Amino acid sequence: MSEIAQKVKAIIVDKLGVEESEVTLEASFTNDLGADSLDTVELIMEFEKEFNISIPDDQAEQIGTVGQAVSYLEANVK
Amino acid sequence: MNLKRVVVTGIGALTPIGNTADEFWRGLATGVSGAAPITKFDASKFKTQFACEVKNLDVEQFIDRKEARKMDPFTQYAMISVDEAMTDSGLDLEKINKARAGVIWGSGIGGLRTFQDEVTDFAKGDGVPRFNPFFIPKMIADISAGFISIKYGFRGPNFCTVSACASATNALIDAFNYIRLGKADIFISGGSEATVTEAGVGGFNAMKALSQRNDSPATASRPFDKDRDGFVLGEGAGALILEEYEHALARGAKIYAEIVGGGMSADANHITAPHPEGLGASSVMTEALSDANLSPNVIDYINVHGTSTPLGDLSEIKAIQNVFGDHAYNLNISSTKSMTGHLLGATGAIEAIACILAIQNSLVPPTINHFTDDEVIDPKLNLTFNQAQSRDINYALSNTFGFGGHNCSLIFKKYN
Repeated sequence: MSEIAQKVKAIIVDKLGVEESEVTLEASFTNDLGADSLDTVELIMEFEKEFNISIPDDQAEQIGTVGQAVSYLEANVK
Repeated sequence: MNLKRVVVTGIGALTPIGNTADEFWRGLATGVSGAAPITKFDASKFKTQFACEVKNLDVEQFIDRKEARKMDPFTQYAMISVDEAMTDSGLDLEKINKARAGVIWGSGIGGLRTFQDEVTDFAKGDGVPRFNPFFIPKMIADISAGFISIKYGFRGPNFCTVSACASATNALIDAFNYIRLGKADIFISGGSEATVTEAGVGGFNAMKALSQRNDSPATASRPFDKDRDGFVLGEGAGALILEEYEHALARGAKIYAEIVGGGMSADANHITAPHPEGLGASSVMTEALSDANLSPNVIDYINVHGTSTPLGDLSEIKAIQNVFGDHAYNLNISSTKSMTGHLLGATGAIEAIACILAIQNSLVPPTINHFTDDEVIDPKLNLTFNQAQSRDINYALSNTFGFGGHNCSLIFKKYN
């Protein structure tokens, strides 16, 4: 697992209070990990803070699973 | 119109002198002070460096970590005290009509810690707003009522009362009235507050409202003492389950006491100073007595607002003498804020519980920290100084007054 993926996983475990084993790449924030719309916004903000980037709203809306977050961050974090 | 009777069937308290109603009562009965140096932030540059904080509390023992993170401390305190009161009430959530069960919860300020932290982060930043999506729902004063309704599925009337230090009593009076009018069977009511923060202490300090007796926190809250120098900031929560009498009887509930009358008034005088002659305080006690259809001379105990400020204590005493006349000398009067400090919007809830437990235990909790008589206070009044006093209490009256000139009084009756 990439360093980015590990950090993403740790943030999700911390913010959503889920078990690490639940945080698979396929897992959906809302359907599988119990996040509501505000939790999802908070996750995106945490990713922005952790990786020091800004994720535009239209891109953020496309991030609904752990894998989508990891892919986006791997492609955009310098 | 035939009004329903209202009884209290559950209590919960999270206070600076005890984290349950039992511990709270033990603290009151033995005259313990909850004041100590502030631990929640570095107060070394503040004029007041002590407060009555809640102690030894592990929030995650009561609330799932993920949920707790979305709550300001004032909501965490609310949930913990309500959990105790609901368990105490023995209410079976499967058996009650939840459409007729509501929540009316008071808080004077709401999520001050949350507001302070979020705004501080923004001010320290580069101007790009990065507010947490939970900022607003954590901060707003009504959110505790929302969280409580979600946890228990109560779908009846639901709102927050905000009247500064009278907030929780306003909540209890509203809940009392809705049940009396037949609009609901059950209310979770009370209040919570958590303002021991830089903004809270700094703000009250700027008003010169707080005691600055930093060399002796435990004796700082000294209502009616000649050398009183302001209130001691407290925090915590009190929860009461109010229930329609027949509803409580039908399920064989334990009944603590009956609520028989409530009064509300305004000073219409000054934003923070009490009316010098206690006009609003007089009219609110008169109103509560009239609402309960009682003559003043049946009251045994008054749990006063008595915050330990130079002006407030005097105007309340004037009001009591004005309303009760010679019977004032037969009353037991005490300020439990001498022990708990001032819980602002939660104070009416814990003092309602103090009244109820005083009735149950036939014991008047004391006004501790009395050292020097104030010559302008009538020495024939029994202010229950320093030691609890045994007394059979049939009726107890609780006063709370808030900045803005809001006054509330509530009368409890022994249940036989």
